[in-house]
Amino acid sequence: MSVKKRRILAVASGGGHFVQLRRMRPAWEHCEVHYLSTLADYARELEPGAKLHLVNDANRWDKIGVARMAMRVAWTLIKLRPDVIVSTGAAAGYFALRFGKLMGARTIWVDSIANAEELSLTGRMVEKYADLWLTQWPDLAGTDEAQGPRYVGSVL
Amino acid sequence: MIFVTVGTQLAFDRMVRVIDEWAGRTEPRPEVVGQIGPSDLVPQHIDHRAFVEPGEFAELADRADAIVAHAGMGSIITALTYGKPIVIMPRRADLGEQRNDHQLSTAARFAGRPGVFVAKDEHELPGILDSLRGLTAGEPIPPFADPNLIQTIREFIDRGQ
Repeated sequence: MSVKKRRILAVASGGGHFVQLRRMRPAWEHCEVHYLSTLADYARELEPGAKLHLVNDANRWDKIGVARMAMRVAWTLIKLRPDVIVSTGAAAGYFALRFGKLMGARTIWVDSIANAEELSLTGRMVEKYADLWLTQWPDLAGTDEAQGPRYVGSVL
Repeated sequence: MIFVTVGTQLAFDRMVRVIDEWAGRTEPRPEVVGQIGPSDLVPQHIDHRAFVEPGEFAELADRADAIVAHAGMGSIITALTYGKPIVIMPRRADLGEQRNDHQLSTAARFAGRPGVFVAKDEHELPGILDSLRGLTAGEPIPPFADPNLIQTIREFIDRGQ
């Protein structure tokens, strides 16, 4: 009897976010794997069987770019219907978790290790939409007194 | 070869200008390949381009004797993975080089890690470049994240329907 593999969508903008995301790939090696990122060249380095989907890059001052990005992310989610979404950021990952939650996906946010003093802006905004909300720095984790993400290790 | 990179988004002329000037006055002339981002700056003494594709980025990092970069995680993790010494100089938000000052904290957190050397600004960088040949990297790090992080995510993935 074969069990249908879970479908995972792993989201990160190009550069450091994507490098960090890739270092966690043993966590989803048993899944049907899709990546969503900003650089087409990443297709060459993916694990066998994994698919790359593309989204434009944009920061929050580029309103048109951000709107396009949000639509592109939404379209990818409608097309793929992933069971689980995981992201290290930045904006594309925020949209993926936010829209993904509406569609019933389970969601994971791993805040970038670059954010050593405080969570990233998207990392804070995504709290409500992340079922598993993680930081890579123990001193940024939540405590009994203060709400916060969990710390269970870093990508290094 | 020295591989210079400013990351995938913004130029970082304050760093690139200093490296170019250093290369111009250093004998024998060092071989420098620079990925300098979208910039009007035209370096005179180093091989340069705005962007490189990720595959070529990895090849350049692998071929380099040392990496000089903004304090971005992609650059740092790449250097650690290939076991190359890396000099990092943080971008500053007040100079419009970044939207916030997270690279200052990244540089502070990674200072002292084997193979990672911090130039806090353009004044400190030339001295470190002069000593580049003497810098050594730590052992290459494993290609994957902390096993506990991977296991936590894997268990979360498997828990659902």
